[in-house]
Amino acid sequence: MSETTPRGKVMWLIGILVVILYALIPVAWITSLSFKAPDQVGDRKFFSGFSFDNYEAVFSDNTFLAALINSIGIALIATFISIVLAALAAYATSRLDFKGKAVILSGALAVAMFPPISIVGSLFDMWRAIGLYDTWPGLIIPYMTFTLPLAIYTLSAFFREIPWELEQAAQVDGATPFQAFRKIIVPLAAPGVFTAAILVFIFAWNDFIFANTLTSTDAARTVPAALAFFTGASQFEQPIGAVAAAAVVVTIPIIIMVFIFQRRIVAGLTAGAVKG
Amino acid sequence: MRQATEQKPKKGKVTDRAKAERKLAYMLCAPAVIAMLLVTGYPIGYALYLSFQKVDLRFPDEKEFVGLSNYVDVLTSTTWWSDVFVTVIIMVISVSIELVLGMAIALVMHRAIFGRGGVRAAVLIPYGIVTVVAAFTWRYAFDPTAGFVAGLPLVPDDYAPLSNQSGSLLIIILAEVWKTTPFMALLLLAGLALVPDELHEAAKVDGASTLQRFVRITLPLMRPAILVALLFRTLDAFRIFDAPFIIQPGGANGTETVSILGYNLLINRLNLGLGSAVSILIFICVILIAVLFVKGLGASTAQQTGDAK
Repeated sequence: MSETTPRGKVMWLIGILVVILYALIPVAWITSLSFKAPDQVGDRKFFSGFSFDNYEAVFSDNTFLAALINSIGIALIATFISIVLAALAAYATSRLDFKGKAVILSGALAVAMFPPISIVGSLFDMWRAIGLYDTWPGLIIPYMTFTLPLAIYTLSAFFREIPWELEQAAQVDGATPFQAFRKIIVPLAAPGVFTAAILVFIFAWNDFIFANTLTSTDAARTVPAALAFFTGASQFEQPIGAVAAAAVVVTIPIIIMVFIFQRRIVAGLTAGAVKG
Repeated sequence: MRQATEQKPKKGKVTDRAKAERKLAYMLCAPAVIAMLLVTGYPIGYALYLSFQKVDLRFPDEKEFVGLSNYVDVLTSTTWWSDVFVTVIIMVISVSIELVLGMAIALVMHRAIFGRGGVRAAVLIPYGIVTVVAAFTWRYAFDPTAGFVAGLPLVPDDYAPLSNQSGSLLIIILAEVWKTTPFMALLLLAGLALVPDELHEAAKVDGASTLQRFVRITLPLMRPAILVALLFRTLDAFRIFDAPFIIQPGGANGTETVSILGYNLLINRLNLGLGSAVSILIFICVILIAVLFVKGLGASTAQQTGDAK
């Protein structure tokens, strides 16, 4: 084939380089901005300076620290709840035979397509009336609109691949049902559950529209919403360096996860879509 | 969509075991299903109720039933239609570019003999990055005083695309395309893996060129994967909120999308009645887009059953 000839190899190498540059140039740009001292921000160059001023400013800012804690806490709790609920449903849809299986899966898909702006107004009104406005549960609950369908979809796709007969086989060999579940099924299901959890966490971490509309103070405002309010009233007096540093801080966990778990993340992202 | 029921082959008798299994299944599914209905169904129902009322949180005492008047107000306003236009422009242009670019990246990844893991990790980075962060990155890149773009050779020194509508839309589309093309590429890559190599080999023996093989073999076999990817991305793009919100705060310079309009009415102007009418209209648009795609998808899967795999 053409790609095994020297010319073909060079072409694919160029293709790979272009793809990598495409992905990394903007990341390099925001990183470069974050290391600029205030007098270098206007030089319009990549990596012109190396100053930690912006990081010091960001980490001594209570608003940012509170937002970071809110982001981590809210995303983790939302991930945990949706994975637990979705794992039960996914177990049923992939292993048990019952009517309405397709309804549940297509219903989850329909909910995933749901435009968040359609419920923002109602939630804003309801949350203020019942005291959930600007609280952690006030964000965790609406996050279920996208974390649950995503978790159900990826987990069902993963669970369908598990050879469940092994459980019976272990029981025939004398294992108790609990032993069979713990020693056979848990290790087989764990990678899928873990992958779904990473995906759900990334989505919850990314949310802006709910965080922006349903919070107002450090009590529950997450980093994406805090970043939007970092900017002053005028477009021209934003602390560009500080925003860049905060942006890099919230990007680091994602990059670490992507590098460690890239194979699984790809499997998780495409599992539901292709087989579903 | 939720009404779609699966026609299962009828079983002769329902055994106790099957009954128990079904009961267990319902019990396992119940928490997730109830949670989904509560978090989406209840608020959307409440939004529907609000959309028939005159509700302005600044004047809470003036609440009254007004029927369809909020919808009439929205649908007869030029703002709604120009925002729909802006949203559709962003959606069509970004999804088209994503499809072409995503296909190119998928082909590179599919054929890459080495460096596959590296490419995969690289493309996942834009996808994983918080949308708000990506939007800030592009906004600062095109900032006339701080951005590197205006400092590039061949670019006018005072290049400031964010000061006009077409430039702003371009940057919003760029931010959107950059972030979501990897998702498109990964879905298409999974579709590419389903195209059997033997077909390509056979066509090559028959003298088909690379382009002919791509158009006649790869594309038709990938039709379902392409439609699924387009469906996800089109619906996502129609709801676009984060990037325009950050790149042009408040929908300045004619960049107001329908979601931004909803936000401005609901949260800035606290006009829950009008805002909810916009919310419901967006919801209806999303359903319409989904129905169109599902019809296309159904037609293509019906066509493919039997000869795929």
